Amino acid sequence: MKQHLEYQLFLTFFLIGATTFGGGYAMLPIIHREIVQRHRWLEEDEFIDVLAVAHSSPGAVAVNSAVFIGCKLRGFPGAIAALLGSILPSFFVILAIAVFLNHFAEHPAAVAAFAGVRPAIAAMIIAAMVKLGKPTLKTPVKLVYILGFLVLSAGFDVHPVAIILLGAGSGLLLAYLGDKGEKKGEQT
Amino acid sequence: MIILELYLSFLKIGTFSIGGGYVMLPLIQQEIIENRAWLSLPEFLNILAIAEMTPGPVAINSATFIGYLAGGFWGAAFATAGVVTPSLVLMVAAASLLSHFYQNRWVRAALDGLRPAVLALIASAAIFVAESAVTDIMSAIFFLAVMALLLLTRLHPVLVLLLAAAAGLIFYS
Repeated sequence: MKQHLEYQLFLTFFLIGATTFGGGYAMLPIIHREIVQRHRWLEEDEFIDVLAVAHSSPGAVAVNSAVFIGCKLRGFPGAIAALLGSILPSFFVILAIAVFLNHFAEHPAAVAAFAGVRPAIAAMIIAAMVKLGKPTLKTPVKLVYILGFLVLSAGFDVHPVAIILLGAGSGLLLAYLGDKGEKKGEQT
Repeated sequence: MIILELYLSFLKIGTFSIGGGYVMLPLIQQEIIENRAWLSLPEFLNILAIAEMTPGPVAINSATFIGYLAGGFWGAAFATAGVVTPSLVLMVAAASLLSHFYQNRWVRAALDGLRPAVLALIASAAIFVAESAVTDIMSAIFFLAVMALLLLTRLHPVLVLLLAAAAGLIFYS
């Protein structure tokens, strides 16, 4: 059974790695379908927590999430299984292109297929946000927070790590103010 | 010892690329093209085009490609290992720490505040991609069709992606 889960981790992240086009967030709907809906390795909220940690550390978000989830489920061997699964597809594809197909990017078939994939990636990222956000979007206050952070990130080009720190800080501040409020309530 | 140098260079690049793949492009430019001269700028631009069209994070793709050009198969293997070493070390540490403190009040409060921030970052990534990808009526139709398939049906996202590639082959060539 133990062997089995590591094998599943490897295979699942291999599938995710093989279908992640266009960088980081494009793989979210696939990770979500596989990790949250199919294998139930994480809850929706836990998945967002993993993304937060993965995004605030060095390295690719896809690889970071793979290592984190592998380690959480099966310790260090699980981390290695998920890591290898997530990087081997791109490793072999790139190696094949480097050896055989130096002009792959200019091939008309590759250009046409990629013209179809590009808008699909944008739609996939938005669909992932809608699905992941469902538990959070239920509270109107949180929606205001999301819009606020979105304006900072997309409008003012604030660095992602700064957005993450602001988010964590606002959570801590709210909890601290909540404590104070409770104490005041007890005194009066 | 080109293999060791490749490992160390990409270890350095991996360590300083916080916040997603495109942050490390200037780092690669400085370390690989200017300092080491393993690659010329046109070669690097070609690699970026390939990295965008092939699966996997841009960071991994460029490490594998540059490693191969500079040191063959083992160069590719060690450059890739270098760029993922920080992920392995830091994420194993973070997963172990977080599982200890997951129920702690302040950790919970911080995570609670992080969720809207992460959702905003995802939305912002979508806007960034959409700006360059949805440029005419055809791509807008692709965009809306994929969105409808993902939100209204239970089709696997991988299948949706393959459909989009097939439709691209039909309508764009």
